[in-house]
Amino acid sequence: MNNLKLIIQREYLARVRNKTFIVMTFLSPLILVGMFSLIAYLSMLNNSETHTIAVKDDSGLFKGEFENKEEIDFVDVSSISLEDAKLLVKEKEYYGVLYIPNNQDNVALAKSILFFGKEAPSIGILRQIERTISKNLTTRELISRGLDISQIKAAEAQVDIRIENFQGERTSKMSNYIKMIFGGAAGYLLMMFIIIYGNMVMRSVIEEKTNRIIEIIISSVKPIQLMLGKIIGTSLAGITQFSIWVVLGTILLFVTSSLTGMNLMEAQPQMQDIEQVSNGEIQQLIIDITNLPILTLILSFLVYFIGGYFLYSAIYAAIGAAVDSETDTQQFMFPIILPLMLGIYVGFFSVIENPHGTVSTIFSMIPLTSPIVMLMRIPFGVPWYELAISVIILFVTNAGVVWLAAKIYRVGILMYGKKPTYKELYKWIKY
Amino acid sequence: MDNLLVAENICKQFGNFTALNNVSINIPRESIFGLLGPNGAGKTTFIRIINQITMPDSGVVYLDGKPLHPNDVGHIGYLPEERGLYKSMKVGEQALYLARLKGLTKAEAKEQLDYWFTKLDIKHWWDKKIQELSKGMAQKVQFVITVLHRPKLLIFDEPFSGFDPVNADLIKNEILQLRNEGATILFSTHRMESVEELCDYMALIHESNKLLDGKVDDIKRAHKTNTFEVGMNPFNENELLAELNSNFKIKKAHFKSLSDDLKLNIQIKPNESPNDLLQYLITKSRVNHFVEVVPSVNDIFIKTVTKNE
Repeated sequence: MNNLKLIIQREYLARVRNKTFIVMTFLSPLILVGMFSLIAYLSMLNNSETHTIAVKDDSGLFKGEFENKEEIDFVDVSSISLEDAKLLVKEKEYYGVLYIPNNQDNVALAKSILFFGKEAPSIGILRQIERTISKNLTTRELISRGLDISQIKAAEAQVDIRIENFQGERTSKMSNYIKMIFGGAAGYLLMMFIIIYGNMVMRSVIEEKTNRIIEIIISSVKPIQLMLGKIIGTSLAGITQFSIWVVLGTILLFVTSSLTGMNLMEAQPQMQDIEQVSNGEIQQLIIDITNLPILTLILSFLVYFIGGYFLYSAIYAAIGAAVDSETDTQQFMFPIILPLMLGIYVGFFSVIENPHGTVSTIFSMIPLTSPIVMLMRIPFGVPWYELAISVIILFVTNAGVVWLAAKIYRVGILMYGKKPTYKELYKWIKY
Repeated sequence: MDNLLVAENICKQFGNFTALNNVSINIPRESIFGLLGPNGAGKTTFIRIINQITMPDSGVVYLDGKPLHPNDVGHIGYLPEERGLYKSMKVGEQALYLARLKGLTKAEAKEQLDYWFTKLDIKHWWDKKIQELSKGMAQKVQFVITVLHRPKLLIFDEPFSGFDPVNADLIKNEILQLRNEGATILFSTHRMESVEELCDYMALIHESNKLLDGKVDDIKRAHKTNTFEVGMNPFNENELLAELNSNFKIKKAHFKSLSDDLKLNIQIKPNESPNDLLQYLITKSRVNHFVEVVPSVNDIFIKTVTKNE
């Protein structure tokens, strides 16, 4: 036990003192914040661009109906012919021509409107135009059928379905987005962590082999102690790095947001595309975030991080032991990356679509994908017994994989000059 | 005889390959024991079994009369054939770490390191990284790490391979001194000269089997051929050669000398005395050189191995 502690300590210090580690730890948040600021800046630039659309309205129904908005200017060109309008648009580099033919039948008219442009207009702009026209034509059609428009207006019910779960907690429509974002971020973070730190474990094993110190060490300690010490020490370094990132990231985000005058709360509704977000919903958003099973999420992040990281880094350690140099690891990398990618894809496609469907449930039980998929499911509420089963499967598999990896590791660290095949690895397990 | 280490009927297989076949070896206390064998004979496997890196399929190893226990690693110092250190770790820190893995407390390790670093005059390396040291310097550090915890049993696998002559000599003297201070040394090599010089006992392993073992002197005695190397100026060469030919087995010998005309290897029968031969030769020539041919370990090695093939 004492030796294990010594190994953990050495591995931790070796990782943390590494120059790349220090540089990465302190540079990454800067790069990340820089990237976000750049994206925010660029999208602001993009939004401030104004498009001018020429409207040739032959029906005369839409005079003054198209209101100039921040990003769209409408110019009435009804007095000239369509061909001239097109030429004008080309000459003045307008966004395009909206052509509304003369047709007294509202329904037929609705289908005959055309847009000419150099390129296809953005969906947002198109939708705005469509909405304006549709509202106008619907009203017209209603009137022409002899209905009292003021009556209809009065009868229109503003529907805002409130969503409550069985525990009586209120949620909003937005809460699903939030759950998605939180779950997705947690799953993605876990995957990155597994790949980065698993690789570190592997490189460190290869280093001991190429430095030829391995035999000196295992004449003092058991190979499995060395392997576990390495995995634990490296994971502690990882936790250190992420803690620093979280602290630094938060500080930097606040600093930059106050510098650029960008309000974090204002930025939020943009993600919702054009859906309107009332003040009440912003409050609801905050309530939603606090209503998330945050404690479960944090706890299960830790549990799944430990389980998933151990599972994968044991495999990484075995691979490191089997080869002589990092270039030889390629053939073994694919089987590791594959389940991780699968977890991410299942998470982003299946879980978001149907968090408690068969596919999501199965993949949140399979130990190679469960850490990622289950983390994505947790914000949507997972029954405790499913969590328990998944965690138990993960840790039982873990014990088995660590045991197998230790066997390969034990033989591999003393093998030099051979590039092993899968068949040989299998033989080593049986030694 | 009091043995520090007794290995009884050790067998080890890797898949279909037999690495050790029923090997038994006794290593007497406070001796230098040479484990000889060509590459791939099973020496390293045997040493790894003593170090509990590999477990034998059958057979027991006793240290100090008790079967090996995981805690015994603290009593063994091992310098493997494939050796090296963490390149980017500082010398002192690394030595401390490895010593503590052997069970020393931090204070004990510091004290011993201080002693050895002063002795080998390498104290100023403490804060250097291994990658800043030359190969020979790193080897000194490795040696210190091996002996630091004052083990009862020291195991050196090909200790002189890669050492420059100056360091090899220095290490040789340290090994002899450690033996005199009470350590037992197991020495694995395929370089016979070093066995000749250092070892009190030896064992020969070839193709997973132990072919012979015992005191180096006894083995040499058992392999001697009663042959004498003679250098002389005969009074009548033809007559002498004819007489010798009829009474003894003779062969031309090759050695360096200043004035000898005739150099011969003369083999007498086991019941004959070399004195009689010398007396006879004196009457026939001026004898400058008369030495018993002692078989070198190399000769014994080659003879034993070829005999068993």
